[in-house]
Amino acid sequence: MAQAGSIPIAETVVALAPSARGRLHTFMRRRSMVGFVMALPLIALIAGLVVYPALYAIYLSLLDKSMTRFVGWHNFVFLLNRATFRMVVFQSVLFAVSAVVAKAFIGFVLAHLMHAIPSRRQRFYRGLLLIPWVIPLALSTLGWWWLFDPTYSALNWLLNQLGLPSVSWLGQPGWARFCMILVNTWWGEPFFMIMYLAALKSVPEQLFEAAAIDGASGLQKLRYITLPMMRNVISLTVLFSLIVTFANFDIVRILTNGGPLNTTHIFATYAFQVGIQSGNIPLGAAVSLFMLPVLAIAAVFVLRGVTRRSQEAM
Amino acid sequence: MTAVVAATAAQPARRRHASVARQRRWALYGSYAALGVFVVMFLVPPFYMLVTSLKSSGEISAQRGSPWLVHHPTLENFIYLVTYAPFRRYFFNTVWVTVCVVAVSMVISVLAAFALARIRFWGSSSLATGVFLTYLIPESLLFIPLFQILGGLGLINSTWCLVLIYPTLAVPFCTWIMIGYFSSIPKELDEAALIDGASWMQLLLRIFIPVAMPGIIAATIFAFTVSWGDFLYPLAYLYTSDQMVLNVGIIGDLVRGDVFEWGKIMAAALMAAAPPVVIYVFLMDYYVAGLTAGATKG
Repeated sequence: MAQAGSIPIAETVVALAPSARGRLHTFMRRRSMVGFVMALPLIALIAGLVVYPALYAIYLSLLDKSMTRFVGWHNFVFLLNRATFRMVVFQSVLFAVSAVVAKAFIGFVLAHLMHAIPSRRQRFYRGLLLIPWVIPLALSTLGWWWLFDPTYSALNWLLNQLGLPSVSWLGQPGWARFCMILVNTWWGEPFFMIMYLAALKSVPEQLFEAAAIDGASGLQKLRYITLPMMRNVISLTVLFSLIVTFANFDIVRILTNGGPLNTTHIFATYAFQVGIQSGNIPLGAAVSLFMLPVLAIAAVFVLRGVTRRSQEAM
Repeated sequence: MTAVVAATAAQPARRRHASVARQRRWALYGSYAALGVFVVMFLVPPFYMLVTSLKSSGEISAQRGSPWLVHHPTLENFIYLVTYAPFRRYFFNTVWVTVCVVAVSMVISVLAAFALARIRFWGSSSLATGVFLTYLIPESLLFIPLFQILGGLGLINSTWCLVLIYPTLAVPFCTWIMIGYFSSIPKELDEAALIDGASWMQLLLRIFIPVAMPGIIAATIFAFTVSWGDFLYPLAYLYTSDQMVLNVGIIGDLVRGDVFEWGKIMAAALMAAAPPVVIYVFLMDYYVAGLTAGATKG
């Protein structure tokens, strides 16, 4: 209906345009003004509550504890010389990388399993598999915390039934790290599954048929068709997830709060402890600013991927 | 497809086809079995939360028999919470913050997306990129400077501070989704309306919003999920129980020292998780659309 209506009107525009150039010019000027005014709330929000705080964080990190004296790089040097902080860096990288790898792998497997079953059944399984993503993370982490409880752990009960000894889930650094990665994997993996499934569905079926006629094995199809076709989505999803996982707060805060003995802190929880709980705002700001290089690099790659995708779409 | 496979399998002469069909059927069964195992593993924590919430404190501490079963189911934990004034307060605060945040975020992001996708102005495409970058800045980078800024505004320990800052989490992604949906609307539609004398506002309200309704629903769900589920900001900025929202209220109030009332904690967590889950159950397709929009739209 809209298509049919628009044709004569478009002709009118062409007829009018040369004669009423001045009016058109003011119209365009008004048009861009209207656009700017409509985008103004967004600009104000981002400038006031994202860009300004980010710059303010840099300023804060250069002050001393009482926020009265300018100390330059002192906070950053101080942090780098502390064994606890070096542990935080190590722990954050370990946490983010292993959780993202686990999520990417399990998500890939799940997407393939989903793709193998008829679409009308996919809805049911997708509905159930997305539940970890739907429950607010802080609340489901409470459930995990209770599963890991030292005296009542239901997981230990299962282990004992199998004749295995109990595990002190959150009491030992190694196991505590494992638990954090496990919870993060459990929570974030549906996102990977959904993204990969969407990508898999967009791979043309003819490619697989042609490969099958040529006698390609399942592994060869994966290597030469599926992975190249999904490369863009895989890299985007991994980068997105890397940013979110790297900056994660809820899981560590609730499960261990950095313990035992500060061995499981990651950037966000350590910044919270130093900045909000101990009240050393500049040092806390410095801790969280250490995330910036990693985030910036990931953001550059994400942006490149997104612009390439939108150019392809055009 | 299954029918075709079955038909080929029925022909006894073509043995190879029959074996291929059998292989495929087994592969299918294998997929179902593997998916079933994953579903069971994924649902362990919510299931265990539900089991625990139905137990009395006595039953939990007695530790008799399997912890995975309820021997004497009771609703006392839920009844306790419903009649417990602070919990009702947290629930009310969360609802009020979420309603405000969703309304504010949707107004800001729909207006901005319309301007960026359709009206265009000087610098609008770099602004669109900037919006996307904002989405990548995590809250754990901003909560310390925001603590100072909100303190300066006198908003610490007030639900208003959440109403003010939650839109920064929701708006970039909502704008991004809406830009994708608005760009897919044919240009002829707004040219026609503009020539007929419609204003930009009428164009947005009468044409773009109704046509892009699926996108609006997906963005609204996202804004709702973010403001219902956030944990870091309320934990950092709220400290008295009359201002707390559910996530921090449950942890701060029910986890008292060494006395863990696990049945009540789990019941509270389930009740707090119920609204997002209910919305998800009814609007799953929009939810999934919002989830994939991040990388497939735009």
